[in-house]
Amino acid sequence: MYTEKVMEHFSNPHNSGELENANAIGTVGNAKCGDIMKMYMNIEDGIIKDIRFKTFGCGAAIATSSVATDMVKGKTIEEALKITNKQVVDELGGLPPAKIHCSVLAKEAIEAAIADYYKRQGIENEITRNTCDGCCESCGHHQE
Amino acid sequence: MSKQIYFDNAATTQVRPEVVAKMLPIFTNQFGNPSALYDIGQEAKAIVDESRASIASLIGADPKEIFFTGSGSEADNWAIRGTAYALKDKGNHIITTAFEHHAVMNTCAALEKEGFEVTYVKPDSEGIISPEDIKNAITDKTILITVMYANNEIGTIQPIAEIATIAAEYKIRFHTDAVQAAGVLPINVGELGVDMLSISAHKFHGPKGIGALYIKKGTKINNLISGGGQEQGKRAGTENVAFIAGMAKAFELAHMQMDENRLKVAQMRDYLIANVVSKIPRVKVNGHLTKRLPGNANFSIECIEGESLLLLLNMNGIAASSGSACASMSLDPSHVLLSIGLPHEIAHGSIRVTLSDENTYEEIDYFVDKLEEIVKKLRGLSPLWEEKEDK
Repeated sequence: MYTEKVMEHFSNPHNSGELENANAIGTVGNAKCGDIMKMYMNIEDGIIKDIRFKTFGCGAAIATSSVATDMVKGKTIEEALKITNKQVVDELGGLPPAKIHCSVLAKEAIEAAIADYYKRQGIENEITRNTCDGCCESCGHHQE
Repeated sequence: MSKQIYFDNAATTQVRPEVVAKMLPIFTNQFGNPSALYDIGQEAKAIVDESRASIASLIGADPKEIFFTGSGSEADNWAIRGTAYALKDKGNHIITTAFEHHAVMNTCAALEKEGFEVTYVKPDSEGIISPEDIKNAITDKTILITVMYANNEIGTIQPIAEIATIAAEYKIRFHTDAVQAAGVLPINVGELGVDMLSISAHKFHGPKGIGALYIKKGTKINNLISGGGQEQGKRAGTENVAFIAGMAKAFELAHMQMDENRLKVAQMRDYLIANVVSKIPRVKVNGHLTKRLPGNANFSIECIEGESLLLLLNMNGIAASSGSACASMSLDPSHVLLSIGLPHEIAHGSIRVTLSDENTYEEIDYFVDKLEEIVKKLRGLSPLWEEKEDK
C-alpha cells in the first residue's frame, strides 16, 4: 500500500527529535484524529538552518514529516512557504488517497513553525490560513 | 525476513492439512451436482449430507436446522434481514449492541433506512452486555434481538443464554453471531436457547467462503437468495461441496482438541498479557480479563498510533491487527473500542493479538521483545509522550 520511499522514511525518519535552540515551534493536528505533528526550527537570517520533528501518527504521517523536513532544511523562509503538499506527495513517490491529508498536515506544520517564528520576532505576517485543527471531516483536505 | 509469526487468528486461520486433504479429491472425483440423480451427483450429495449431520451434531442441532451459506457475513445478513422482512407486520424494532461485527451492524443500519428502528445497547467498560439492558430496550414492536456470542476485537464473551431466556419470555426471535466462538467454545443451541446462530469455517482452520446459519425448526424467515431448491428451498445456489466437507472436517478437528486447546491457548495468552503489561509502561488491557476468548489479547498503548505499530511489527515478521482509524482506512477508530468508553486518542493506539494452538511461547517472547523495542522507538518520535514522560 505504501511506496518504498514512504517505507524508507517511515522506518528511518530523517531529522526526528527535538531541537534545543529552536526559535520556531509549530504543532498541528490532534490526538483525537490520530495525527499530531510538531516541528522545531532554528532560523537565522531568514534561512532554516536546522529542523527537527516529532510526530504521533500513522506510517504516512511519520514519512511526510521526515521528507518535508528534508525539503525545507537550508531553504529560506520564502522558499519553505512555497512548498505544496503535492510536492511532498511527489517526493515520496505517491501516497494512498486516504493518506493525502498527512502531506497537508506536514505543509501546515512548516507554516505553523514559521508563523511562530514571526510572532516571536514581532513580525507582521500573512500566514493566516486555518491550519488543521485535527477535526478530520471539517477541512476537506482529504479530498485534495 | 526469516521469522514469520501469525498473531491474527481472529481475522482468519491457517487451513489444517487434514482439511485440505479432505477437500482436494472432491474437486476432481466427487465433482457432480448434488441435485443430479446419477451416481456422481449422489456421491456429492452424500458428502453434503454427512457434513451437515456432523456440524449439526456438534452444536446439538438437527441436520435439517443447518443451512450452508457463502460466509459468516451472509449468515448474519440472512438471519437479520430474513427475520425483519418475515415479521414486519408484527413490528419494526430490532435490538442489537453497539459493538457487533460490521456484518450485523451495517445490516441493522441498512434496515434503519428501510424504516426499521434499531436500538444499539452499549456494553459496560469491560465489554460485557447486561441482559437487563436488553430487557429494558424491549418494546411491543420488537421482533428481533441479535447479540454476538464473543466480540471479534476484544474477545469478550456475552451472556447469550441469559439474553435468550429474556427473548423467549417476550416471544422475540433471538440470533447470535457466533463466528468468533465457534470451534473455540462448546456450543449447544438447545442449552443456549437461540433461534438462529451464525458460524464461519475460516475462523476455525477451515476454508474461507463457507459459513452456516442454524435456524431452529419452525422459525419463520424470508429467503435472501432466490433460485433452485437447494438448502430445503431456503438458500439457492449449487452446494459448494468441497468447502462444505472442509468446514465439517475443520469443525470436527476443533472439537476433538477443544478443551485441551482452550486451556493451552489461554495460558499462552495470559503469559503474553503479563509480559506486555510488565515490560511496557502505560498499557491498558481492553476487555474483561476472564470472560474472553482464550486466544484474544487487546491492548491500548498510550501515545502511539496503531498503524505505525503494525507496520513495524510486520517488518519484524509479525502479523497482528489494530483498531486504529488509519489502519482501517476510516476516519474513526474502532467502534468496539469507542463503545467500551475508550477516548479516541487511546483507541488509535490499540493492538489486537489473537493466538491459536499453533503459536508457541518462543513466538510470544520474540513478539514481546520486538513490541517493547518498537513502542520505545515510536514513543521517542511522539510529541505526546514527552508530555507524559515526566509524570
